[in-house]
Amino acid sequence: MLAHQQHNIKLPEGSIEKETTTLNVGPTHPATHGVFQNIMELDGERVVSTEQTVGYIHRAFEKLAERRPLYQITPITDRLNYCSSPINNMGWHLTCEKLLGVQTPKRVDYLRIIIMELARISDHLICNSIVGVDTGAYTGFLYVMQYRELIYEIYEEVCGSRLTTNIGRIGGFERNFSNTAFTKLEKFLNEYPKVLKEFENLFARNRIFMDRTQGTGGISAERALNYGFTGPNLRAAGVDYDVRVHSPYSSYEDFNFTVPVGKTGDNYDRFLVRNAEMWQSLSIIEQAYQKIQEFKGADAEVYHANVPEYYLPKKEDVYTKMEALIWHFKIIMGEVDMPKGEVYQAVEGGNGELGFYLISDGGRTPFRLHFRRPCFIYYQAYPELIQGGMLSDAIVTMSSLNLIAGELDA
Amino acid sequence: MARPVRFNINPIPANTADAISTVEAPQGYSGEGFFTTKLSDVVGLARKNSIWPLPFATSCCGIEFMATMGSHYDLARFGSERVGFSPRQCDLLMVMGTIAKKMGPVLRQVYLQMAEPRWVIAVGACASSGGIFDTYSVLQGIDQVIPVDVYVPGCPPRPEAILDGFMKIQDLVGQESIRRRNSEHYKALLNSYGIQ
Amino acid sequence: MGKNIKMALTNSYIQERLKEKFGDQVYNFEETYGMLSFEAPKDHNLKVMQFLFDDETLQFRFLTDLCAVNYPDDKGRELAVVYHLHNLVENVRIRFKVFTSVETPDVFTASQLFSSANWMERETYDFYGVNFVGHPNLKRILNVDEMDYFPLRKEYPLEDQTRIDKDDEMFGRG
Repeated sequence: MLAHQQHNIKLPEGSIEKETTTLNVGPTHPATHGVFQNIMELDGERVVSTEQTVGYIHRAFEKLAERRPLYQITPITDRLNYCSSPINNMGWHLTCEKLLGVQTPKRVDYLRIIIMELARISDHLICNSIVGVDTGAYTGFLYVMQYRELIYEIYEEVCGSRLTTNIGRIGGFERNFSNTAFTKLEKFLNEYPKVLKEFENLFARNRIFMDRTQGTGGISAERALNYGFTGPNLRAAGVDYDVRVHSPYSSYEDFNFTVPVGKTGDNYDRFLVRNAEMWQSLSIIEQAYQKIQEFKGADAEVYHANVPEYYLPKKEDVYTKMEALIWHFKIIMGEVDMPKGEVYQAVEGGNGELGFYLISDGGRTPFRLHFRRPCFIYYQAYPELIQGGMLSDAIVTMSSLNLIAGELDA
Repeated sequence: MARPVRFNINPIPANTADAISTVEAPQGYSGEGFFTTKLSDVVGLARKNSIWPLPFATSCCGIEFMATMGSHYDLARFGSERVGFSPRQCDLLMVMGTIAKKMGPVLRQVYLQMAEPRWVIAVGACASSGGIFDTYSVLQGIDQVIPVDVYVPGCPPRPEAILDGFMKIQDLVGQESIRRRNSEHYKALLNSYGIQ
Repeated sequence: MGKNIKMALTNSYIQERLKEKFGDQVYNFEETYGMLSFEAPKDHNLKVMQFLFDDETLQFRFLTDLCAVNYPDDKGRELAVVYHLHNLVENVRIRFKVFTSVETPDVFTASQLFSSANWMERETYDFYGVNFVGHPNLKRILNVDEMDYFPLRKEYPLEDQTRIDKDDEMFGRG
């Protein structure tokens, strides 16, 4: 019988008798990286069940997008997965290009790939180092921060901003990559592999880390597919679905890379899959950089497609040439014809398949824009992942899933 | 390719002999073996160089805060080596990121749990005024629910801007009168927010 | 089990199979930007998805996305629920829509078939008010629980009408 019945203790009015402890791992918590609330029922240290609440940072992106013309939506796509915002921006530009029928030249595609893979490295670095922090190893996080700063400097050279980049235009980029950007990229390519090797050595065969993360938070491939998992979490469970390989966009088919796949889908596999993906991203960036250096002469100056109806012209031209001024005015005021139609474009974001479902009715702003956000979809599986495990493992599972609150709540 | 690198091509070695600045002592009267000054100056000096912040990071500004805490921009040299997550133990509530209407009561609870003296810095456009999200679900600035001392605009603000905001908080802390938290003016301010 | 001939899964083949199985109950076939899109009456949504899931040549076993669209001018068909399905083996995507009126927005839930539909349907309910019949936990997910209207419908404004610090006049929306 329950303790209070055994010892004849009288409980106050309105008490609930149960065997489990209710713990509110609330929206503000140092270990939840983002604002998520989990009201967990614990039996001692084991998690029996959990009730999730999301929406603490719901910013109504989809309603906001119905008010804004296409170029003004790029800044809000930044704020989806803000650790890798260039990927979101590129995904949005690809969606618009699909709707408008714009073909981008190869050099633009390769430049886009460099930026997207840098963003992927940046995102995976945060995720993996935070998994380290949650298991108690703070050093890795601070050590790789300096390489994230270098990636931020590269973004700054291209678009002027560090984190929420708003990079690119429909059809290409706003300016050509400068020499400084390429110098910084070379510095990154020279120095980063050694750092990644050191970071990997800290964790991958570390006895304590392996004991903490192996066997916890695992999911089978069938359940993962049913839950709509995509990205590194699905690949860790054993399914090799990568949007870059299945539906290549932005000339990914010209590149040689492998898709790392795990076995059990537990925290350790997710860590290793992300690590391996960072190596693959490095290799893609190197290949892309070589391919870019092969463009000579006039080809080497191409940084956008020739679509004056949708590409905002350079400010120097707007102030000096009549045609550029007219196009600038038409694009900003929405006098350009938008086709009617529905398009779905998916890109491989840091967390999986980031989809954009755009319905245009010919007006200046989209009729409906829906973001298929991978975090939102796979966070549903969290209670199943932590069931029966311990509370500390639940915390590590949450951070190894790479939940970004901005993307979850949109 | 456009412009070649123009700056810092021949870096000048640092001349530390001239470049070190020292902070002046507070105003006071000194003699052989003693120094007298106002209590509020000393207390302010001690407090401002050891602020324990509570990072209330909700979204993108939180990532810039992580960059500020990193070694490149280093918040720790201002005395904030130890960030705490328990409101009881912290002095400065750094609200970084969008606060939705669902999160408002949570933020208020955290603020109420902090012990006096407490300061609040709103980092980023969303915390200051709602930012680009002028929507039905976003609180248009955290000053709708809690009193704010310093606003740092930016989306997200650069780490240097966050440090600048932090230094302004340090100025406020250093010059605060000891009696401020018991004064009528402060009580009226809290009452206007419904906080006793 | 082995297939002797591996056919590429084309949109015309899918359309044929659907017409064969459902006859007039599937209509409005369109191929936009390479993706086949079709419609069915709302009480057939589970039957169609189950068929697409089970059939050995179709195998649409991954629910990519579930969302709703509000067409306020289309009387009797104001709310559309759009399902994006994906066949991972053959790499084919398909879009399936059901329309419902705004007075009785009841649609059967897909959460028995796809666990990922659970939260996606809650989000659709939260934004548009589509009532998913049979859903285990249909309550608001992203907005505050006390909200009494469905914000993403076209009739409601974007901004919070009670805010006093921003002047709609200045934004041209006086």
